[in-house]
Amino acid sequence: MNAALDVQGLTTRFDTRAGTVTAVNDVSFSVEPGRIMGLVGESGSGKSVTGFSILGLIEEPGRITDGRVLVEGTDLRAMPPGQLRSMRGRKVSMVFQDPMMTLNPVLRIGDQMSMAVRVHERMNKRQALARSRDALAKVGIPSPEERLSAYPHQLSGGMRQRVAIAIALLHRPAVIIADEPTTALDVSIQGQILAEVRRLADETRTAIVWVTHDLAVVSSLADDICVMYAGRIVERGTAEDVIARPRHPYTRGLLDSVPGQHAPGTHLPQIPGSTPQLSRLPSGCPFRNRCPRATEVCTTEPPVARFGGHTALCHHPLEAA
Amino acid sequence: MSPLLTVDRVSKRFPLKATLIDKLTAGLGNRRAGGTVHAVTDVTFEVARGEVLGMVGESGCGKSTLGRIVSGIYAPTEGTVRLDGEPVARGRDDHVDKLTTRVQMIHQDPFASLNPRMKVGETISEGPRIHRLVPASDVRARTRALLEQVGLEGAYADRFPHQFSGGQRQRIAIARALAMQPDLLVLDEAVASLDVSIQAQVLNLFLDLRRDLGLTALFISHDLSVVRHVCDRVAIMYLGRIVELSPAEQLYAAPKHPYTQALFASVPTLGTGRRAFRPIEGEIPSPIDPPPGCAFHPRCPFAGPRCRAEVPRLTASGPGRTVACHLNDGGVGLKEAA
Repeated sequence: MNAALDVQGLTTRFDTRAGTVTAVNDVSFSVEPGRIMGLVGESGSGKSVTGFSILGLIEEPGRITDGRVLVEGTDLRAMPPGQLRSMRGRKVSMVFQDPMMTLNPVLRIGDQMSMAVRVHERMNKRQALARSRDALAKVGIPSPEERLSAYPHQLSGGMRQRVAIAIALLHRPAVIIADEPTTALDVSIQGQILAEVRRLADETRTAIVWVTHDLAVVSSLADDICVMYAGRIVERGTAEDVIARPRHPYTRGLLDSVPGQHAPGTHLPQIPGSTPQLSRLPSGCPFRNRCPRATEVCTTEPPVARFGGHTALCHHPLEAA
Repeated sequence: MSPLLTVDRVSKRFPLKATLIDKLTAGLGNRRAGGTVHAVTDVTFEVARGEVLGMVGESGCGKSTLGRIVSGIYAPTEGTVRLDGEPVARGRDDHVDKLTTRVQMIHQDPFASLNPRMKVGETISEGPRIHRLVPASDVRARTRALLEQVGLEGAYADRFPHQFSGGQRQRIAIARALAMQPDLLVLDEAVASLDVSIQAQVLNLFLDLRRDLGLTALFISHDLSVVRHVCDRVAIMYLGRIVELSPAEQLYAAPKHPYTQALFASVPTLGTGRRAFRPIEGEIPSPIDPPPGCAFHPRCPFAGPRCRAEVPRLTASGPGRTVACHLNDGGVGLKEAA
């Protein structure tokens, strides 16, 4: 099957006072229609910058220096700005952590949604409103007709995020990039949204990249997982493989440190040290000075991997089951 | 043994100041004007010396307000909070300095809770210095010892907060709280803003300190797995009230309140694989205008007529367990409906 999204060698750099740092370093992955890819990492791993880079939403002092972003076979990076703008919101859309990044606080929901419809398609206001109402119904918003005339402040946080997802779905995009969309929500509301998103991916065949720090969320939502560390994808595989049989020592450490699977009151296994600053990465493997499996070769040679199936970017990966 | 902390029928209401717009729109059904936020309603519990009590709930359930009442930051509208039998705060504006130093709070955001212009050594030693807990000549040595106790180097006392990572800052906040030699710690989402790997480090530190110092704590969190790991007993709050209070082990084995059950069912966990979520229907009602009867009844699959009319009391349900649900106290009144 053809991938809805195919990212190849994507690299994004930022010029800082400490020199140029590579926030996204040679990132490659693809997502097929109807599948959900969980892009997991801790703060500073580059997961969000990857999401923004896919849509070309990188501003000074950052710049995308390399790579291709193919959406249904067309390279977004090779497009002139005008054409790229016509792709955003139509073929690829984005859902942010804070729905107010998407919503205009002084416009009624129906007005801003129908505006978003008519940017890309010729139709009258009435048709656009009907399309908007259907999109609201699709994400499980009760009495969508009434919500069209509401302002964002009249909705709860969970409802606003549903509206943001509905807007992302307006043009039946091939790809949705979702950046920590449920992180700010309560668990009961998060549960509702995860259930809707799973259903939407199955029904609309939209490919979804779900950027998150929450391993538990991706383990129950995603089909595939990419784990990022210091700008690189360090492990890739199906959600089941990565969660049940991680191959990279970092993934292993991350999974082990989640409480809830250990006897209460006992010491949690922990990864020593903290995430390195991108401007001061160690030589060789960036994880080596926190890694229990590191040897001489890890300090001298950066690991390389040919990703395919369940792969880890590591000199000494854990055994595949 | 008598409990260290006794919270007895505590309520906290915040009046909403009506703005000009509220006054103008009052006739149009704007209920904000002159309304009241019922943040905490009729909450009673105890914490024994050496015990860690978890306080769990979603946003707006009143758990943070309760933490502040216990710390003496807010005076309760009704009810009393006692530490070893002595009130923490007696009236509205009553400051009992000597008592309030016995409860120390650790906040969620270590970037906001540390003064960026103060060296961390000054931050840690300020309290003990002002309250003369330590002779002036010992302050420096004591500060270094505290930093080492929370896993940092003593020499860090001369650095500023911006030189530390989030996890390190949270350690500094813990050292500041311990400097006051408190009887009770109130941790309000103390690990919520940390990355998983850092969160594990800070939780391990908390467990070590608990073992070494015999800490008593109120551990406020929305994260059920974190609470399971560090707490002896757990209280579940919903819209200002405790709906279930139980030893942690029994609670996680078999939650009894329909809200607790629904909460557990909607939390994603590791290793369950792709699965069908069973989310709770509907949303959390507003604490400005809470529903009559049981606050959970509009979302509860078991609700009956009694739930819409009568507030359920906390009643015993097994050893050390209480549940506020009519199902546990004579039924929801389905018969009357028929």
